[in-house]
Amino acid sequence: MSQLTVNGKPLVLALPATVLDLLNHLAFDSSKVAIELNGTIVPLACFDATELNRNDRLEIVCFVGGG
Amino acid sequence: MDNLIIAGRSFSSRLMAGTGKFASHQLMAAALTASGSEIVTVALRRVDIDRPDDELLAHVDRDKYLLLPNTSGARDAEEAVRLARLARAAGCEPWIKLEVTPDPYYLLPDPIETLKAAEILVKEGFVVLPYINADPVLAKHLQEAGTATVMPLGAPIGTNKGVRTRDSIAIIIEQAIVPVVVDAGLGAPSHAAEAMEMGADAVLVNTALAVAADPARMAAAFAKGVEAGREAYLAGLGAVRQQADASSPLTGFLRDES
Repeated sequence: MSQLTVNGKPLVLALPATVLDLLNHLAFDSSKVAIELNGTIVPLACFDATELNRNDRLEIVCFVGGG
Repeated sequence: MDNLIIAGRSFSSRLMAGTGKFASHQLMAAALTASGSEIVTVALRRVDIDRPDDELLAHVDRDKYLLLPNTSGARDAEEAVRLARLARAAGCEPWIKLEVTPDPYYLLPDPIETLKAAEILVKEGFVVLPYINADPVLAKHLQEAGTATVMPLGAPIGTNKGVRTRDSIAIIIEQAIVPVVVDAGLGAPSHAAEAMEMGADAVLVNTALAVAADPARMAAAFAKGVEAGREAYLAGLGAVRQQADASSPLTGFLRDES
């Protein structure tokens, strides 16, 4: 098990795993979020091919109500 | 047809609606429908990793509305650009309502950082709709930078005060080469009508709809206000005068002139 930081909070995940695996683990619909991995945007098409590493920092964002 | 054209795209409604602050997604969806809006703003935030539940986009028909993500929460150009890129990565068209509001109390937009971010985003191919104070000189700079609209505020966000910046907005409208969207502070349909009568191309409303006892009914009322204001602008308003100018004939009175 390895530690990641997701949206500023620690999260433990079994590696190897991809960005898509993480989203499935968290039960998020991959088509409804955007992701930054260590400060770089990961395009939706690359979620499945992007491997996570120990100590990676992720931001997962989605749309909410706003003006 | 009197359509609103932004960046070559045509819209029949001149009312844009926000999706924030509604008591429920259902009330929000009903208000969007009643507003007749075709452009709908959304914000981007961190997901709550403990609650992957009720999701906004399930309630906004993407075939019916153009999603206009905002950069709310950005305190400088760098944060705004980051949010815009994330919004595009989240599957939106590259349209962005650029807002940079470092001061949380009045939420007034930072003109310098907004211009900086606009220059970067235009170069990256975004259709940029910048939220600004009603500053005609800034509006010119943004248009020269290639923004698709300018969005001057009527009053600070969420204040419902109306078009307090009227004289400056009039100058922006007079000089504009892109559509002028009056955004923020419009609290009543009469405020929206006022902005449209002045020649604004569109208005954006959120709080006034979200906080109404009946948001859908208020949205319909705003749609009428916008339409009435636009029609009046096109019809041509009479000049404001100081002295009275009789509507009835000044001859044939029932009295003998001495």
